[in-house]
Amino acid sequence: MHPILGRLRQLGLYLLAWVPLAGILIYLMVRAGESWTTAVAMTVPLCVVYAFLCLAAWYPCRATPVDQSSFLKLALTHFTAAMLLSTLWIQLARALAAGLTRWAGFTGLDTRVTGYLPLIWVAGVLLYVLSVTLHYVVLAEQAAREAQARALEAQVLARDAELKALRAQVNPHFLFNCLHSISALTSADAAKAREMCILLADFLRTTLRVGRQETISLEEELALIRGYLAIEKVRFGARVKMEEQVEDETMKLQLPPLLLQPLVENAIRHGIAHLPEGGVIGLSTHLNHNTVSIVVENTFDPDAPSSLKTGLGLENVRGRLQKRYGNAADVTVNTDNSLFTVRLRVPMQENGDRA
Amino acid sequence: MSTTERIRTIIVDDEELARKMLLEFLASHPEVDVVAECANGFEAVKAVTELKPDLLFLDIQMPKLDGFEVLELIGTDRAVVFVTAYDEYALRAFEIHAVDYLLKPFPADRFETALQRAKQRLGGKLPPPADLATSARPPAQHLERIVVRDGTRVYVIPVAKLDYAEAQDDYVALATEGKKHLKQQTISSLETALDPQRFLRIHRSYIVNLERVTKIEPYSKDNHVVVLSNGSQLPVSRSGYARLRAFLDQKGQRSSR
Repeated sequence: MHPILGRLRQLGLYLLAWVPLAGILIYLMVRAGESWTTAVAMTVPLCVVYAFLCLAAWYPCRATPVDQSSFLKLALTHFTAAMLLSTLWIQLARALAAGLTRWAGFTGLDTRVTGYLPLIWVAGVLLYVLSVTLHYVVLAEQAAREAQARALEAQVLARDAELKALRAQVNPHFLFNCLHSISALTSADAAKAREMCILLADFLRTTLRVGRQETISLEEELALIRGYLAIEKVRFGARVKMEEQVEDETMKLQLPPLLLQPLVENAIRHGIAHLPEGGVIGLSTHLNHNTVSIVVENTFDPDAPSSLKTGLGLENVRGRLQKRYGNAADVTVNTDNSLFTVRLRVPMQENGDRA
Repeated sequence: MSTTERIRTIIVDDEELARKMLLEFLASHPEVDVVAECANGFEAVKAVTELKPDLLFLDIQMPKLDGFEVLELIGTDRAVVFVTAYDEYALRAFEIHAVDYLLKPFPADRFETALQRAKQRLGGKLPPPADLATSARPPAQHLERIVVRDGTRVYVIPVAKLDYAEAQDDYVALATEGKKHLKQQTISSLETALDPQRFLRIHRSYIVNLERVTKIEPYSKDNHVVVLSNGSQLPVSRSGYARLRAFLDQKGQRSSR
């Protein structure tokens, strides 16, 4: 069904637009020598009927979208439709005239009407073309609105996925183990328990804050990593060692937030946690020809079962870099005996100059 | 209840704080003797073999051997309480008749319940031993390493390093890097645990690592032998030969595609 039939206000406005058209037809008939009564009696019912008939243009318009149909198809479709509707209209005019002839004052109308038929037919074709134009405008506007809604929806979905990814960043088992450590410390070393609570709160707060930003500086990310390692050191004691070699000129590099912290977390979960004597996590940054390379490496137990989760975390990092830098950034992974190395290369970008 | 009966207990957790907490909770139970604290699976196997405890508090995620692998090596003829931050192992713990499953962090009264359950278990009859080698493996996942105990020594064999396995009565002999390790397990149970794309039962008594196979030779009228890359020869039964052919054909088709 045509959408306008469901909306009374719009239907009213549409019919109102037909009033001047009917007026023109009446005027033309009066000019041709008909009485006002005859002109009105002929024109008003014909216009009302044709107003509804023209709404039928909605179907061919929807079936042949302007931007997706060839000119030939468009012309053929609407030419045929115009012929059919106009022919139907003049048949109706003839029938109406024949009906009216029986009444006093309209005598002879059934023969006189033949003279008006060409006029009515041409008017019918023009009105149909007008209707088609209007329908295309309405359809285009509708399509634009839908596209806008879809774009908005896609945006919301992307944001949603981002939030979910972020939530997954904070591993629940990390939290459970932390809380267990705090619980163990409360009686043995209350001051240390309090310190751990504060470290954990700081880490979570920073994670939430930077997670909302589009980028953060490498300096901020490193601070977050140090906070994270301070917590893991309470749990693992001397088993976790960190070696940093970061160049000062890389500190202003802008990166998507929480890009490196998951790599360090992986280094602990899949590397250090499997080594009874612990191991070393190395983190170094180096600036060379406008490209910053960031290396996160850790020792691991080559006999430990390889975990699928490592790959997932790395895919996430790779995807995020790809989205932001395209081919200008890359991630390489190297497993050598008992050293696992992840190397990121990103273009040096400081605040404000996004390529 | 007699308080004279001592409960010899071992605590296994790679985090010192977690061990301290259990010690603290156990301090108010003089009948419990903590005879050892272990920080990893190797230490645990050694301590359990030497000290024969009645009760074990066992973490799951640990270096070298995880909690289930420890149990696979030492058996279940003692009460075991799992202590872990992960809830996804609860079903497997239930399958091997663990006394209880404590989720970190846990309150003191929850710990008391676990200890009570352990005492009841120790006073009663122990449940029948479960098929540990099968339970120790996550379902729908193939075995990635095999653990073997020789006295107090523990060997961890990544399956990629396993040449073949040979049935010997109730044991399987695992051939790896020129050595053989005996493990108490049936060859069928090992067969189901291994990845069928990498290991094949070629004989009633033999499973072979397919990557090691260099050639198949006729041996007698109906029999064949496979020659491995290290030169050892293994007999192939008639049905084993059919399976081997089917596998090689399938692989050939895949690589020619």
